[in-house]
Amino acid sequence: MKRIAKGIRGLICTLLMGMPAVSTAEDTNGAIKVVVEQPWARASLGTSRPGGAYLTLRNAGEKPVTLIGIRADIAGMTSIHETQTDNNGVSSMMPAADIEIPAGETLSLKPGSYHIMLMKLQAPLVEGETFPIILLFADGTELEVMMPVLRIGARGPEG
Amino acid sequence: MKLITKFFGIGGVALATALFMGWWQVDGPGSTSTPRQRPLPLTEMNFELTNQNGEAVGPKTLIGQPSLVFFGFTHCPDVCPTTLSDISAWLDEIGPDASNLNTVLITVDPERDTVGVLAEYVSYFHPQIQGWTGSNAQLADAAEGFRAVYEKVVREDGDYTMNHTAGVFLFSSTGRMVTTIDYYEPREFAVPKIRRAMQDRDADGTI
Repeated sequence: MKRIAKGIRGLICTLLMGMPAVSTAEDTNGAIKVVVEQPWARASLGTSRPGGAYLTLRNAGEKPVTLIGIRADIAGMTSIHETQTDNNGVSSMMPAADIEIPAGETLSLKPGSYHIMLMKLQAPLVEGETFPIILLFADGTELEVMMPVLRIGARGPEG
Repeated sequence: MKLITKFFGIGGVALATALFMGWWQVDGPGSTSTPRQRPLPLTEMNFELTNQNGEAVGPKTLIGQPSLVFFGFTHCPDVCPTTLSDISAWLDEIGPDASNLNTVLITVDPERDTVGVLAEYVSYFHPQIQGWTGSNAQLADAAEGFRAVYEKVVREDGDYTMNHTAGVFLFSSTGRMVTTIDYYEPREFAVPKIRRAMQDRDADGTI
C-alpha cells in the first residue's frame, strides 16, 4: 500500500511539473527521487566568458540528497558557485561546497545565489538551442538535464 | 542590604563595560569594517573615463539629467547580466521618459573591458545603457567618488573574477545622490525610486 502511495505521489509530482524539460532521477528502490524544474542558461557572448545556468531541484524522495557537482561537455570546467553580497553591498562569487537537500525540500539555483558556472566554453551558448549537463549526487546518482538557452537579457526561466 | 547594593553595583559596571565593548567593536574606534559610505555628489567627483563610443566622459557628463550608475564587468556570469537585465526591464517600464535618464555601467575590469568589448556587451541590453571604461588609475578615481570598491580574485580555473559593489546609485539631474537600489531589494521598489530621482529637484527649484 505504502509503495503504491509513493508511486502515485511520484506520478502526481511529475504531472504537476508538466512544464517542458523536467528531468527526474530515481534510484532502484525509489528512496532517492530528484525532480529538476525550470532549467535555463543564459546565452553567452562567444566562448571567452564563463556562462551561467540555473535550475530548481526538488527532493521528492524520502532521504536527503547531496548535490556535489556537475559535468558538461560544453564546458572545459564547471562548478557550482554561490554569489554573496555583504553588508557593504559588495558582491563576490565563490565555489559552493556540497549542497544537501533534505527530503521534501527544494534547492533553487537562481541569479544572485547558487548558479552553475560553465567555464572554458567549448562552444557558445546560443539562444534557442539546448545542451545537456549532468548533475552529480553524493550517492553516485547522475541526472542528465537538457538546458534551454535563453537570451542574454533573460532574468529567469520564463525569459 | 549592603550586599544587594554591592551586587547591583557590580552588575551595573559589568553591563556598562559590556555596552562599551560592544560599541567599541561595532561602531567605535575598534570597528574592523568600514561603514558603508554614500557616493559624493557628482559635482564633487573628479574622474575621466571613455564611453562605448570612444568619447571622453566624466561626472559632469551626467549633470543635467537624472542618472543610474552601477559597477560591473562583462566576464561576470551572474550578478552583472542580471543587473543589466533588471535595469533594462525598469527602463522599459518607465517608457519614453527613460530617454531622459543617464544609465551607466562602469567596468571594474578595464583590462578586459575595452571600449569595443563594452560597446558590444551593452548592445545586448536596453539601448539607453552606456558602458564606461578607462585605465586602472582612472577607474580608481571613479570608484573613489562613488565610494565603490572592487577587487580582483583568481578563480579555480586560473582565470579571474572581480568582487565589486553591486548596487545601483541614483542621482538627481543636479548630481545630488538620491538613493541606491540594492541588489537584493524587492524589484517593485526600483521603478518608484528611479521616478523619485527623476523628479528630484533642489530646494531652489533649479534643475
